[in-house]
Amino acid sequence: MNERFYRALYRIRRVEEEVAKAYPSDKIKSPVHLSIGQEAVAVGVCEALKPEDIVFASYRGHAAYLAKGGDLNRMIAELYGRVTGCAKGKGGSMHLIDVAHGVMGSSAVVGTTIPNAAGYAYALKLRGSDALVAAFFGDGATDEGVFYESLNFAALKRLPMIFICENNSYAIHTHQNQRQAISNIAERAASFGIPAEVIADDVIAVYSAIDKAAKAIRSGAGGPFFFECMTYRWKEHVGPGEDYHLGYRSREEATKWIDNDQVRVAGERLRAPRRASIEAEVEAEIADAFAFAENSPFPSADELWKDVYGASTA
Amino acid sequence: MNREATYVEAIREATRQEMERDESVVVYGLDVDDPKAIQGTTAGLLEKFGAGRVFGTPLAEDAMTGVGIGMALAGLRPIHVHIRMDFVMLAMNQLINVAAKSRYMYGGQVQIPLVVRAMIGRSWGQGAQHSQGLYSFFMSVPGLRVVAPTNPHDAKGCLVEAIRTDDPVLYVEHRFLHFQKGPVPEALYATPLGKARVTVPGTDVTLVGISYAQTECLQAQRYLEAVGISAEVIDPIWLSPLDVETIADSVAKTGRLCVVDNGWTTCGAGAEIIARVMERLQSVREVKILRLGFAPVTCPPTPTLEALYYPNGRTIAAGVNDLVLGRPTGWVPEERKEWKNIEFKGPF
Ligand SMILES: Cc1ncc(C[n+]2csc(CCOP(=O)(O)OP(=O)(O)O)c2C)c(N)n1
Repeated sequence: MNERFYRALYRIRRVEEEVAKAYPSDKIKSPVHLSIGQEAVAVGVCEALKPEDIVFASYRGHAAYLAKGGDLNRMIAELYGRVTGCAKGKGGSMHLIDVAHGVMGSSAVVGTTIPNAAGYAYALKLRGSDALVAAFFGDGATDEGVFYESLNFAALKRLPMIFICENNSYAIHTHQNQRQAISNIAERAASFGIPAEVIADDVIAVYSAIDKAAKAIRSGAGGPFFFECMTYRWKEHVGPGEDYHLGYRSREEATKWIDNDQVRVAGERLRAPRRASIEAEVEAEIADAFAFAENSPFPSADELWKDVYGASTA
Repeated sequence: MNREATYVEAIREATRQEMERDESVVVYGLDVDDPKAIQGTTAGLLEKFGAGRVFGTPLAEDAMTGVGIGMALAGLRPIHVHIRMDFVMLAMNQLINVAAKSRYMYGGQVQIPLVVRAMIGRSWGQGAQHSQGLYSFFMSVPGLRVVAPTNPHDAKGCLVEAIRTDDPVLYVEHRFLHFQKGPVPEALYATPLGKARVTVPGTDVTLVGISYAQTECLQAQRYLEAVGISAEVIDPIWLSPLDVETIADSVAKTGRLCVVDNGWTTCGAGAEIIARVMERLQSVREVKILRLGFAPVTCPPTPTLEALYYPNGRTIAAGVNDLVLGRPTGWVPEERKEWKNIEFKGPF
């Protein structure tokens, strides 16, 4: 398990570092919202899910996409706008999708996928499936009305879903305290009759909590469950750089989180040679993915007109 | 006198001066008080006017629009800022069902002097949900006014007019226009409601460009001039109320009308403009028409498809050339790099 966690964490971190490195070349013409610093949430959650389970993410969705098994080559190609991308270059970084691996998409409009996740969970329940849905969203999304409307519906219908609030304290540059009278997101969810918990930035803690909830849902005890996962974004809101100079947060604040870097902590649980070989494998995979993107063609002009409508089923 | 300023500076100055003049003016919206201050358009306002009159909000577009309506009912003049028009979609209920209708529905006893600033436009592969110019939705609703200034002068004047108007106004700003520079008088002035402007006079064809499309039309005009076609370029400025007269007068002269929209053409602003002009001219003279806009597909972020999706100076010139010659010629002008627009760079 330690090896799996470390591989997943290290892989996400390194993919995003490479994205940040490539960004100034202008080859990635897509706004990127990096999850660097927040990897433990996606990994902890997705390691507890089964392949047939589903995740919905936000525009900050690289980590969830990768953690759930989304194809790396197709992700990088998508960022590069290539036809081999997971959405043929028609989505970009904010709209990653991998249907085969249960990544059902992400939206650039905050909060939008929360009710979509609930709807998917409703369908699973209606069809008697024992799969479940995890919905990822930020603390900012919990400002939106649709969040509460979705909680109510999910609780009402006892949906097989897990709400994952990635609370990194900020919505762009605005702290949670400047947007919410009380920082009690989990409690608010609980007020809908949903079991809710706050979890520290610790990949094993996240995994254990989700595993327990997932097992409860699969055993027929029903859902939904709610987890507020405390985390921190190291990089700027959008783009490859850092933004401590803007003054809305301090580097000291970040230091506390960086000292608890879950990628490092997970790595230290492994013996050095084993760790080195995992890293080497991941590095090779990432190098291949960037080469794949670089060598892939852009979509041809006729692709502009495809996918607007589907075929008639009549 | 000939002071130059950017579009961003013009918006900021109009806001500051109106707030100084009228203490009922309030600015609010997501991130208006953050370090980036909505591309700088709201920078310094918090320091000057305090947190009562300048405030950031939770992410709650629908409720915050309703709050703006409430403030307006109580006599304030709120300006609600959205960094993207796509997010205004979350506020459609309050804007269309309440703001637009209140004056009428209450028999003229109330007014909603709410300004909704909404940015449109692409840059850096923004893709499907961060690029839409949906102002034509609002044009079809009585009670709402819609304005889309294209230069810094009008950016200031139209915002002042929008603030002073006793009705809800959707104020549309294209991100590519934000850093354009131009003459902006320092003194306060208002750009009158519902007046279009002939930007470049011409004789062969009337070219109407909405919002950023105005810039592309000005380029097209130069490409056309080089092949001997004289285009009269019109900036409608206000989309609701729309100055059909200025456009129809021009078309009465040229006999040809091309409208370039900064959105999709189906049920778009161009469709409306052409219909209104044709209603006037149908028994006066024969008119050839063309409407251009986004390709009727969802906006792709990948650069090769994005280039095909948006009309540009060259494709507009090509379309207008065929309109004037009355047949498809396949002519597309050679690109003149020196006429190219400012380039946007990520990560915006
Ligand atoms: C409906 C809507 N309003 C505003 C925005 C602009 N916006 C983009 S990201 C963001 C912050 C969201 O913060 P949070 O949900 O906490 O997610 P995080 O970026 O921290 O992962 C905002 C306000 C948007 N995309 N959609």
